[in-house]
Amino acid sequence: MTEEAAIPSFRRGVKFRRDEVRDAWVLLAPERLFMPDETAVEILKLVDGKRSIAAIIDDLVARFDAPREVIAPDVIATFDDLKARGAVQC
Amino acid sequence: MLNPGPVAAPPMGLIAELTHRCPLQCFYCSNPLELERASAELSTDEWRAVLDQAAALGVLQVHFSGGEPMARADLVDLVAHASARGLYTNIITSGVQLTDAALAQLLDAGIDHIQLSFQDAEVEGADFIGGYRGGHDKKLAAARRIREAGLPLTANFVVHKQNAERVEAMIALGEALQAERIEIAHVQYYGWGLVNRNALLPSLAQLEHCTAVVEAARVRLKGRIIIDYVVPDYYARRPKACMGGWGNRFINVSPAGKALPCHAAETLPGFTFPNVRDETLGDIWQHSDAFVRYRGTDWMPDPCRSCDRRELDWGGCRCQALAIAGDAAAVDPACAMSPAHHLLADAVAEAAAAVDVPLVPRRMGSARR
Ligand code: SF4
Ligand code: SF4
Repeated sequence: MTEEAAIPSFRRGVKFRRDEVRDAWVLLAPERLFMPDETAVEILKLVDGKRSIAAIIDDLVARFDAPREVIAPDVIATFDDLKARGAVQC
Repeated sequence: MLNPGPVAAPPMGLIAELTHRCPLQCFYCSNPLELERASAELSTDEWRAVLDQAAALGVLQVHFSGGEPMARADLVDLVAHASARGLYTNIITSGVQLTDAALAQLLDAGIDHIQLSFQDAEVEGADFIGGYRGGHDKKLAAARRIREAGLPLTANFVVHKQNAERVEAMIALGEALQAERIEIAHVQYYGWGLVNRNALLPSLAQLEHCTAVVEAARVRLKGRIIIDYVVPDYYARRPKACMGGWGNRFINVSPAGKALPCHAAETLPGFTFPNVRDETLGDIWQHSDAFVRYRGTDWMPDPCRSCDRRELDWGGCRCQALAIAGDAAAVDPACAMSPAHHLLADAVAEAAAAVDVPLVPRRMGSARR
């Protein structure tokens, strides 16, 4: 499982960008693409190769005014999933 | 022919088959038997217009393929053009022409990813299948160049009867080359693969061996290397979602500009495939009979209509339905529910009994007897 201290970054060849045609965020990777849901989009926007997962959680806790115990497992699970799909490394 | 139909969601990917020219002659090549000549190919400007239209239509990724896309002198231009339109650019190449200079130009043009195809894990088998002496070594050099440039790499291995024993070595090679992604893809039996089926179709024991090796490697490499695995349909009980559904995710444009829902679709009779020289991609996607005919679930025959997998596999592959069951609108014979399902077992038996089958290399005119 992913640790909170880990610093996530996009893997080589992965791009996270806004698609105007669909009015949605898309995650483009070698020969695959993902349409992240709203929660994942908010998380992905904070991935910059500098922030740790803990810092990402803190940011979301502050912005969405939600308890850390609720946000943290969601964020960790999202990163586990993104890692398994080869989109993110941490 | 125009068909009003409901508005389709935009396509995700454009497969730009720039040319059928290729220095290799793989026996399983998925190109059509009637290879397009260089003189019939779309011009650079015509491809630029296709890329513009694709981006406007909502295409997110463009896969430059062929033949060998590097056989086109304007590949770098086209990659730069696509990249400037925000498209994610991928090249599917044999790599034998990927020199330092060529890679440097592609990097400048904004290439995002390269998929390198390998014919085997070892030089002898690889050069035999590709029909190109020295090809395997050039590919190894190309893979190293891609790696050193910091680009992501997919190593694609095509598996069949003659190399299935080496799947483990293929994965080890992909690992050694530090690929992000390894594709272990069994031959798909269309085009040249169908012509050479008796020499290529693996036995059930071979398939099971490959599957076990891939499953073990996936566990071992989890989070490091993605392994995509494509099986032959001949032992399946359910079909694959061919192209993610007909006219659902992809547009394939042939070297001469024909827009196809799948690269093998040209074999389907009773179709007039629209050409990007005459119509815009948007019109083709939304209104052409070719894209609308098997889109969604309305066209489906009986077992599919009421089946709970109909939006998972979209009834399978139309080209396989034609090739095996003789009717493009039939259930894919890979499905156990298809009345033609037994024909796949027959083909397996035929391939198992076949000895010393002559292989037909992919080159212009060789499929004609
Ligand atoms: S499968 Fe082989 S012959 Fe066909 S385009 Fe690819 S490299 Fe060339
Ligand atoms: S009946 Fe049709 S939809 Fe159902 S599994 Fe078979 S091919 Fe797929």
